[in-house]
Amino acid sequence: MDDQEGTFIPVIEVGEWVEGRVDWLTGNFREAFRTFSDLLGTLINGLIDALLFVPPDLMILLLALLGFALRSWQFALGSALGLSAVVAMGMWEAAMQTLGIVVFATVVAVLIAVPIGVLAARNRVVSNITRPVLDFMQTMPAFVYLVPAVILFGIGFVPGLLSTIVFALPPGVRLTELGIRQVDAETVEAGQAFGATPRQILRGIQLPLATPTIMAGVNQVIMLALSMAVIAGMAGADGLGKLIVESIARLNVGLGAEAGLSVVVLAIYLDRLTAAIGGSGADKSLGAMIRRSKGRSMAQRVTTGI
Amino acid sequence: MPAIEANEVFKIFGRRPERGVRALQEGKTREDLRKQGLTAAVIDASFTVDPGEIFVVMGLSGSGKSTLIRTVNRLLDPTAGSVVIDGTDISSLDGAALRRVRREKISMVFQHFALLPHRTVGENAAYGLKVQGLNRSDRETRAEEALGMVGLGGWGASMPSELSGGMRQRVGLARALAAGTDIMLMDEAFSALDPLIRREMQDQLIDLQQRLDKTILFITHDLNEAMRLGDHIAMMRDGRIEQIGTAEQILNNPVNNYVAEFVQDVDRTRVLTAANVMEQPVAVLGAGAGPQAAHKLMREHQLSWLLVVNRDRTVHGLVWSHQVATAVREGQEDLPLYRDGLRFTTPDTTLNDLFVDAASSPAPLVVRDDDGHLVGVIPDVTLLTAMANGQPAGNGQSPESAPPGIQTPTDPSTAEVI
Ligand SMILES: Nc1ncnc2c1ncn2[C@@H]1O[C@H](COP(=O)(O)OP(=O)(O)OP(=O)(O)O)[C@@H](O)[C@H]1O
Ligand SMILES: [Mg+2]
Repeated sequence: MDDQEGTFIPVIEVGEWVEGRVDWLTGNFREAFRTFSDLLGTLINGLIDALLFVPPDLMILLLALLGFALRSWQFALGSALGLSAVVAMGMWEAAMQTLGIVVFATVVAVLIAVPIGVLAARNRVVSNITRPVLDFMQTMPAFVYLVPAVILFGIGFVPGLLSTIVFALPPGVRLTELGIRQVDAETVEAGQAFGATPRQILRGIQLPLATPTIMAGVNQVIMLALSMAVIAGMAGADGLGKLIVESIARLNVGLGAEAGLSVVVLAIYLDRLTAAIGGSGADKSLGAMIRRSKGRSMAQRVTTGI
Repeated sequence: MPAIEANEVFKIFGRRPERGVRALQEGKTREDLRKQGLTAAVIDASFTVDPGEIFVVMGLSGSGKSTLIRTVNRLLDPTAGSVVIDGTDISSLDGAALRRVRREKISMVFQHFALLPHRTVGENAAYGLKVQGLNRSDRETRAEEALGMVGLGGWGASMPSELSGGMRQRVGLARALAAGTDIMLMDEAFSALDPLIRREMQDQLIDLQQRLDKTILFITHDLNEAMRLGDHIAMMRDGRIEQIGTAEQILNNPVNNYVAEFVQDVDRTRVLTAANVMEQPVAVLGAGAGPQAAHKLMREHQLSWLLVVNRDRTVHGLVWSHQVATAVREGQEDLPLYRDGLRFTTPDTTLNDLFVDAASSPAPLVVRDDDGHLVGVIPDVTLLTAMANGQPAGNGQSPESAPPGIQTPTDPSTAEVI
């Protein structure tokens, strides 16, 4: 390249260096990566098989019921219609494969992100270290993750899954940290003043009060995971993404539209569902109602002296 | 043993705060410290709070009140000095021991209530007990009890968001009461409430304190609140405690201009109470005595009226000298008792409320405690003098000078009927 003409800055071969690292890893740890890859592959395939084992009609019913429990009957009806359309377009299997990746990646990402977020909220040093790392992870174009992932783990679900996790993780950490830092200082003091341990304060005060913010983070994790799961189709992961890649390769507009619409249905369903768990709708949801009626009957027992 | 004892407590915010303590001890000012990037929030504060009293720390915004109260349960570590709770120096306790003190000895009520919004009122009131590890049914019983004490019985199943500000602070109070600690810290606990509710909460606090014998460290920036609640008041300015004393001492003997200016606008009639201005009656008459005894007593002491008191120190009535004279002249057996116009009040009624009572009767105001026992009297003159200069007006005569056979209300053992 002739970028270096007219400059004194020496050439640094970053690309070569990264390539060298990846080669070194594959050279020395081929077996370890293979084993890890097989294990993850088994897990994700198991999850997808389970999703596909349930007949589509029943699955749609279950998902709609979940929507009813957490949100409203309108939402349940809407999602039932949307998901039926996916079946009607013949996209059900691909949609469940994509959903499998999204669910799996989200669970793993949240399990990693929340504890890191908690640590970052309590410790300045951790916070200062994680921030630039998260910036890096989030701004690096999504496709770039795929290349080393494919080299390390081969073609299939696993590289897609791993790059999805890496790509979707940051908002989980960020919003957990933010949520916990935002908890009213006086309320945390109240916990301390009554002699609660740091653990009791975390579980009884900080996490519950940070839940809406953390759930907003989870919502973003899911949306990022979904967008990345589509891109993961390029790495050979079966699902809607692979169909979209195919439709591009074959210039098949129909296939692209069907797969794209299915992605939209999934996205809206997941977005509204997670928003309901953390958002302002929480007061009206079934879960909140159950909790409160339990509280009522308890108070009655106390006042009547039973 | 004092319930709380603070010894030369300093709290300085900033990097390497210890240097600030040294500088202050060498005579540097707060402003000097500010230039070095240090905030001296509490400077050399010492005070003791006796068990069963309400100790009020009073000062303007930024004077370091919150910081001071937080060093008492070590939500903040003092930069220097020590805090002793019930004989234990808490400055040196490790985490677990400190938590034990917070669970067993000190609870706290917060300015903005600091309730858990996702928990019911009952669960909030039971928070301290949950932390203590009490089982659920005991927790619920005691929380319900505490809610009852603050007038929120039956609200246990509601959510805090359904309650008004005053009610939420009652929950905060119930949470502290349920914890069962002897000491309660209250940081501007009523400042976020509107004046009417605030007044109500103050009355309730005084009532609870008397019933439960709690030791209360109360923070406020409202002087009237301080005077109403405090057995002792510490006046704080710019991190230092300027004066500690009773409401009367601070009103009547301010140690410096700052305190004097501060209290000059206080409406004394709202601060001073019947107990502050009442006198002991020079003499009282036993309920069994006749007009002759009354006549003799009144002549001896030059009295125009005399209280008639039962054996148990409840007030039987009052006699006027001219009526007694008539009764003696006409040889009547019974005392000419005056009862209908007699006005009563309690020791903690403020002067401005007394004024209404006093104006409606020629007889002196009789001060009785809650059980109806005589504790003092307030003649018109005394009340008017008190109004005029805010000082108790004595009559120079002590009850001890009363002749034998005459009861003094302060000493029930001599309650002999003539
Ligand atoms: N964590 C902190 N870091 C730095 N400075 C602080 C901190 N907390 C309090 N201060 C400073 O200490 C001083 C005293 O604050 P404090 O909150 O104790 O005052 P206060 O009397 O309670 O005031 P208010 O009536 O406004 O509550 C203030 O100048 C404040 O800015
Ligand atoms: Mg304050």
